[in-house]
Amino acid sequence: MRKYVPKDNVQGKAYYTDRFWVSPRVPRSEVENEHFAAVVKALGADVTESYVELGQLVLHIDPTNNFKVMKTLKEECGYTQCSEQSAVDYLARDNEFELFWQLLNVTEAKRIRVVCRLANGAAIESIEPLYKSANFAEREMFDMFGIKVNNHPFLKRILMPDDWEGHPLLKTYPLQGDEFASWYEVDKIFGKEYRDIIGPENRDPAKVDIKDTKRFSRVGYEVPFGAEYSEEEQAIEYSETALVNYNKKESKQLDERR
Amino acid sequence: MAQHQVNYASSAGLPIALTSVDKLVNWGRSNSLWPLTYGLACCAIEMMASGASRYDFDRMGTIFRASPRQADVMILAGTLSKKHAEFARRLYDQMTEPKWVISMGSCANTGGMFNTYATVQGVDRIIPVDIYLPGCAPRPETLQYAMMMLQKKIRRESSDMKKNTKQDLTTQTGKRARLI
Repeated sequence: MRKYVPKDNVQGKAYYTDRFWVSPRVPRSEVENEHFAAVVKALGADVTESYVELGQLVLHIDPTNNFKVMKTLKEECGYTQCSEQSAVDYLARDNEFELFWQLLNVTEAKRIRVVCRLANGAAIESIEPLYKSANFAEREMFDMFGIKVNNHPFLKRILMPDDWEGHPLLKTYPLQGDEFASWYEVDKIFGKEYRDIIGPENRDPAKVDIKDTKRFSRVGYEVPFGAEYSEEEQAIEYSETALVNYNKKESKQLDERR
Repeated sequence: MAQHQVNYASSAGLPIALTSVDKLVNWGRSNSLWPLTYGLACCAIEMMASGASRYDFDRMGTIFRASPRQADVMILAGTLSKKHAEFARRLYDQMTEPKWVISMGSCANTGGMFNTYATVQGVDRIIPVDIYLPGCAPRPETLQYAMMMLQKKIRRESSDMKKNTKQDLTTQTGKRARLI
């Protein structure tokens, strides 16, 4: 049976949709490289899925054994650097986060991305004992997404203030901040009673209204201040003094060597 | 100040110059404006250039001081984040009276292009500002001009700082408050 489509406001919607549109993806290929095949073999059953994207091995793992996988990768496969670690918010679609770690093998000049799906509210094990760079990266992940990290030596916010509410990189967080964010500095410095005195934030929407002749003027269509908006093109009279040729007087050319 | 040529032959031979206390005090204040060495973002690079040899603030008696206790002027040069707002206000509070504030650049004036959750939308929300300096970033000449305008403003003011109204923040409720 055909899927039911709500009939209210059908006029407002675009009537044409390309049902056969497939968004382009990065091409994936099988693990053929000798080194990558050895890595996948060393990890064994811990890897649920593995493929190569843009010359980079992608490994999907279970979030519970991330420390074990990282330890194998570091000590047996030579991935001594963790260059990046963060998360992607898929809460609206799947109610889970995608966590990823970017690892680098300097001797083989190869990179690996380890990916796992973590349910909302679940915690991940810290890999800080293996990679020191994970210390700040995990703190940032906690700050921006609210993902708790077990056995982290110093898990607190790193970018936002300690008393901040909310996690700004969540897709549900508004770009211009919630109510807490908009009054943060006023509440902190003066106290809540000063909210009335200082007033709300004046955020400029940067909207340009071309019919507003008091604040905007269009080049070639200028009218006097506050006059009616006009569609007629006005001839622009440039100032004579602006076009003075100061190079009129010819200077002596030295075309011969003295 | 000295508006009369002193004639040593008359006035009993005394070098007399007539002025008012306001003018004398403001002459002293305006000609040695010591700003706080305090940069927030890229505008601070222009502020440093203004202080260095090419633009040379020192010739105007403007010498950057590393302590808020010794500074008269606070130049808020750059984006003020909400996390840092508390500390900027604390530095302002630590400065001794009389004190003036220059808001340098679009970000300090209005939040600029950072229309986000983490940026203070204009430093005048937390600190009373005397001179707003437009630009992104303003050139050192612009900062020099702002300093000269501030000197002009100081010369116009009363030497009793309590008489000088700093900034009235008119609110929606019609209440007025002074943030000093």
